[in-house]
Amino acid sequence: MTDTQATQTAEIPPPAPASGREPLLKVTGLTRHFPIKGGLLRRQTGAVRAVDGIDFTVNAGETLGVVGESGCGKSTMGRLVTRLDEPTRGTIEFAGTDISHLGVGAMRPLRRDIQMIFQDPYSSLNPRHTVGTIVGAPFKLQGVEPEGGVRKAVQELLELCGLSPEHYNRYPHEFSGGQRQRIGIARALALKPKMIVADEPVSALDVSIQAQVVNLLDDLQQELGLTYLIIAHDLSVVRHVSDRVAVMYLGKIVEIADRDSLYRSPMHPYTNALMSAVPVPDPRRRQRAGRERILLKGDVPSPINPPSGCRFRTRCWKAQEVCATQEPALVALKTGHQVACHFPEGSEVAGAADKAGDKAS
Amino acid sequence: MTDLQKTPADAVPAPAGDPYLSVRDLRIHFDTDDGLVRSVDGVSFDLHKGRTLGIVGESGSGKSVTSLGIMGLHRSKRARITGEIWLGGEELIAAGPERVRQLRGRELAMIFQDPLTAMHPYYTVGAQIVEAYRVHHPQASRKQARTRAIEMLDRVGIPQPDRRVDDYPHQFSGGMRQRAMIAMALVNDPSLLIADEPTTALDVTVQAQILDLIRDLQEEFGSAVVIITHDLGVVAELADDVLVMYGGKCVERGPAETLFDAPEHPYTWGLLGSMPRLDRELQDRLVPVRGTPPSLINVPSGCAFHPRCPYAALTGGRSTSELPVLAEAAPGHLAACHLPADERHRIFAEEIAPRL
Amino acid sequence: MFAYIIRRIFAAVVLLLVVSAVTFAIFFLLPRIAGETADQLATQYVGKNPSPEAVAAVKQNLGLDQPLYTQYWNFLKGLVSGAEYKFGPDAATCHVPCFGYSFKNHLEVWPELTKRIPITLSLAIGAAVLWLVSGVTTGVVSALKPRSIFDRLAMGVALAGVSLPVFFTGALLLTVFSYEWPILDNLQYVDFTEDPLMWARNLILPWISLAFLYSALYARLTRAGMLETMSEDYIRTARAKGLVERKVVARHGLRAALTPIVTIFGMDLGLLLGGALITEQVFSLQGVGAFAVQAIADNDLPKILGVTLLAAFFIVVCNLVVDLLYALVDPRVRLS
Repeated sequence: MTDTQATQTAEIPPPAPASGREPLLKVTGLTRHFPIKGGLLRRQTGAVRAVDGIDFTVNAGETLGVVGESGCGKSTMGRLVTRLDEPTRGTIEFAGTDISHLGVGAMRPLRRDIQMIFQDPYSSLNPRHTVGTIVGAPFKLQGVEPEGGVRKAVQELLELCGLSPEHYNRYPHEFSGGQRQRIGIARALALKPKMIVADEPVSALDVSIQAQVVNLLDDLQQELGLTYLIIAHDLSVVRHVSDRVAVMYLGKIVEIADRDSLYRSPMHPYTNALMSAVPVPDPRRRQRAGRERILLKGDVPSPINPPSGCRFRTRCWKAQEVCATQEPALVALKTGHQVACHFPEGSEVAGAADKAGDKAS
Repeated sequence: MTDLQKTPADAVPAPAGDPYLSVRDLRIHFDTDDGLVRSVDGVSFDLHKGRTLGIVGESGSGKSVTSLGIMGLHRSKRARITGEIWLGGEELIAAGPERVRQLRGRELAMIFQDPLTAMHPYYTVGAQIVEAYRVHHPQASRKQARTRAIEMLDRVGIPQPDRRVDDYPHQFSGGMRQRAMIAMALVNDPSLLIADEPTTALDVTVQAQILDLIRDLQEEFGSAVVIITHDLGVVAELADDVLVMYGGKCVERGPAETLFDAPEHPYTWGLLGSMPRLDRELQDRLVPVRGTPPSLINVPSGCAFHPRCPYAALTGGRSTSELPVLAEAAPGHLAACHLPADERHRIFAEEIAPRL
Repeated sequence: MFAYIIRRIFAAVVLLLVVSAVTFAIFFLLPRIAGETADQLATQYVGKNPSPEAVAAVKQNLGLDQPLYTQYWNFLKGLVSGAEYKFGPDAATCHVPCFGYSFKNHLEVWPELTKRIPITLSLAIGAAVLWLVSGVTTGVVSALKPRSIFDRLAMGVALAGVSLPVFFTGALLLTVFSYEWPILDNLQYVDFTEDPLMWARNLILPWISLAFLYSALYARLTRAGMLETMSEDYIRTARAKGLVERKVVARHGLRAALTPIVTIFGMDLGLLLGGALITEQVFSLQGVGAFAVQAIADNDLPKILGVTLLAAFFIVVCNLVVDLLYALVDPRVRLS
C-alpha cells in the first residue's frame, strides 16, 4: 500500500522520452457554449458560455494544473480536450493532429494516447465488473493484444499502481476509495497513453489517502514520461503536482504561469484572492496582527450573461472603468507568466499596501 | 466590492466556570447485519460558551455521529447510546427524546454539509426559516416570524432579503444557501451551534466568507460552536480547541495552537504531513499515512492506529494489545499514545517538524 | 410557467391527433396492407348473405372507396361538425361529436359512450379514492416502522393484492357477499343523481376488488418512496429544527414522497376511465369497458375506433393534468 511499491515495476517500458519542449497539446480559441432553450417554441434564447475562448499548450512530459472555482469551466475544458464533448469553436491539436471535430471512429485510435481519470472512484467503476475486466477493458475496446496476454498485462498494471496482482478477480466494492482511484489510474494507463487528463483526481479521497495518490501520479509520470493535465479546485494540491498552472474564471484563463512564478507572485487579483482564501493549518496566522485576507464578496456571476470587459471586475477591488469596456488580453508580462488583467499586481512590492488603500474606495 | 479582513489578535482568556457542553464517555454503537459498528467509542470533551471546538477526522472516524448524538438525531432502533451529554446543566441521554426535541433548534442548532440537499426543495427559504422559528415560538404570528426570517437573512449577508425570502433553495447559489442554513439555525438564538463540514461543498472564496460569518456570529451571539471537518485548515481558521478522532475514539485533544505547533499523536503528524500547504516551501514529496482508515466493525486491537503507525514497533508490543488512554502530554493537551512523551517529543522535533 | 402550460396543452392536442391517426390506420390501413379489399371490408357490415348492391352501398356510405387520407379527414371533420350517412334508403345523422356510426346496430357511437361514461367514471373514481387512501396510508405506516409486524403483514397482503387478478377477487367477493351472505345482492347500477346511497351500495364490491389490486401497488410504491425520502438530508434538517415527528413526516416527508405517486395515479386513472374491462365484466356493469368488449366481439369497427379514441383522450388529459400538478407541487419544475 505504500507509495514506494509503485516505483518498483519495470515491466512496462516507458514510451519514447519526451522530445524536448514541444507542445503535445495545443489548444487555440477553445469555446464551448451550451444552448439554452426557452419560450413557447423552445428556441435557443441564450447560451451557457462554459468555456469561452481559451488558449494554452501542454508540453510533453510536463504537468499543467488548472484551478478555478465551480462553474469556471475547468471540467468542461477537460471533457473537450479528451473529446468527450465537442467544442463550439476553436481547435485542439494533439501531437500535431487537429482533433477538434473528429468523429467517434476517427477518435478511437487517439483514445489510446489520451486517457482520463475521474473524480469519483465510486461511480466511475462498474460495480458488476471485476478489477481485471475493468482494467483490461481498454485492451478489448482497442483490439490490442498485449504481450503475454491481457491477464498478465493487467496484473502488471495493478502492481504498477500499488495494488496487488491478486486483486484481479475482486470487485470494486471490496476496495477503499484510495484503492479504487488506483484502479481507475491503472485502467487509464493500460494502453500506455501519452497524456492523462485528471479531473479532481483526489478531491473525493480522505486527506491521508490523497497524498498516496498524489505521490503515485508523481511516480508514474517520472517512470512513464506521462504528460498530465490536472484539473482541481484545491490550490495546494495543484501547486504540488504541477509544472505550470492555469487559473480559470468564468470560462476564461485569467492567468497562466510557471508554478513557482504563479504561487510566489500571482499577478491577477483573482489568483491573489483565491490564494488568500485557502485555509492554512496554522491557527497563529488568524491571530497574527495585521494579517490580511482578501475576502471576495458575492458569488461567481452567471456564465449565461457574463460581465462585459473583464469578467472578474464585478468582484474586483481594483476595477476601473476600462475593465467594464475592454476585455483584457492574456499577455506575457514576465517570461512564462501570462495574465489577463488591466491592473496586474506584478512584482510591485507595495502590492499589499495598494490593496489596503483600495479597499476604502 | 472587496474588503480586507484584519483579524485582531484576540486572546481568549482561559474559560472559567462550568462548561456549557460537557460530553462524558460518549459511546454510540449500531447493530447492523454485518456486526456491531462502534461509530463513537468513548469520547469526552468540554466546551464553554463563546468557544469553538474543532473535531477533525477522516471519513468513518465517528466525528459526524458524535455531533448527531449530541443533537439526538442518531436515534434509530439500532443505535445504542451510552455516556453523558450535559448541556447547560441538563443531561440529554437520560432526558428522553421529547425533551431533546424541545431543545433542538432552540438551544442546540446544526448546519450541514450540503445546503442544497439539506433544505427542502418544495418550500421557500423563508418558509423554512419561519417554520424553524415558530416551532419554538408558537405564539408568534406568521407575520412576526416572517419579519424575523428577513432580519436573519439580512444578518447573514443575503442581499435584498425581503425579496429573496420568497425564493426556493434552488434559486440560491451554494454560498447563499449555506448562509440561509445558518440563518435558519440561528433564528432561535441557540447557545450551541454544531457545524458539520459547513464549507466542504463550497468554493474556497465562498468558504472564506462562510468561515468569517460563523466567526462574526459567534462573537455576536456568544454561543458555543462545534465545527466538524476533515480539513485541518478550516479548523485552524475557527477552532480554539481541537479534538482529533480516529476509529471512533479521541486520539488527541488540546488547544489549537499547541496542537498545530506541537502535535502529540502520530496520526495527527500523519494528517499534517500528508497535506500540501500553501504557507510552506514546496516539498518534493508528500508523506502519506500508509494504509487505509479502519473499519468500525473490526477496529484493530490495542491502539486502532497501530497498523498505520510508523512508530508502532517502538511501543514494545503494547500498541497491538493495550488500549492507550488519553493522558496529559502538555498542559491542557491530551494524547492517547503508548509512546513515552519524551520519545514522542524527540521524534516530532527530529523527524516530523522539519518536514511540515 | 404560462409558456409551459401552453406548450403542454399544445403537445396534448398533437398527441391526440397522432393517436387518432394511428388508431385509424390500424383499423383501416392494416387490413388493406394485409390484402383485404374495400369490398371485403364493407361485407362485414352487411350481415349474412350480402347482395353485391348492399356491399357497394355500404362501401360508398362508409367511404371505403375513397383514399385513406380522405377517410381520415372526414372522420376528423365528423368529430367537430357531425356527419351524414346515406344508408340505402335511410339516412342517418351522426351528431357532433361524431365518434363514428355503427352500421350494424344503426346507432351513433357517441351517445352510446356517453350513456356508459358515468358508470365507468363512478367505478374508477370510487375505486381510486379507496385505493389512494388505503394504499398511501398503508405505505406510509409501513415505511415509518420498517420491519415491524404491521409492515411485514401489510407488504404480504400487498403482494397478494398485486398477484391476484380482479376476476378472482371480484368473483370471490360476489360469492361471499351476494350469494353466501346476501348482504349485497341484486347489484344494479343506480345513477348517483337518482339515489346516492344505492349508487354506493351497488358499487362497493367492484370498488373493493379494483382498489385491492391498486392499493397493493400503491402501498408498495409509497413505502419505497417514503423510505427514500425519510433518509434525505432535509428530513434531518427538519428534525434538527425541533419539529415534532408527526410534522416532519407530514410536512416534509409526505409531500416529497407523494410527488411520484401523483404521476402514476394520473396514468392509472386515465387508463381506468377508458374502461375497467375485467371489473365491468365480472360485475356486469355496462360501462365503457363492457362496451369495448362488446364492440370487439361484434367486430364493429366504428365502435372500436370510438372507444379507443375516448380511452386515449382520457389518458392524454390525465397526463396533462399530472404534468401541470407536478409543476404546481415542485417549484423546480415550475421555475426552470
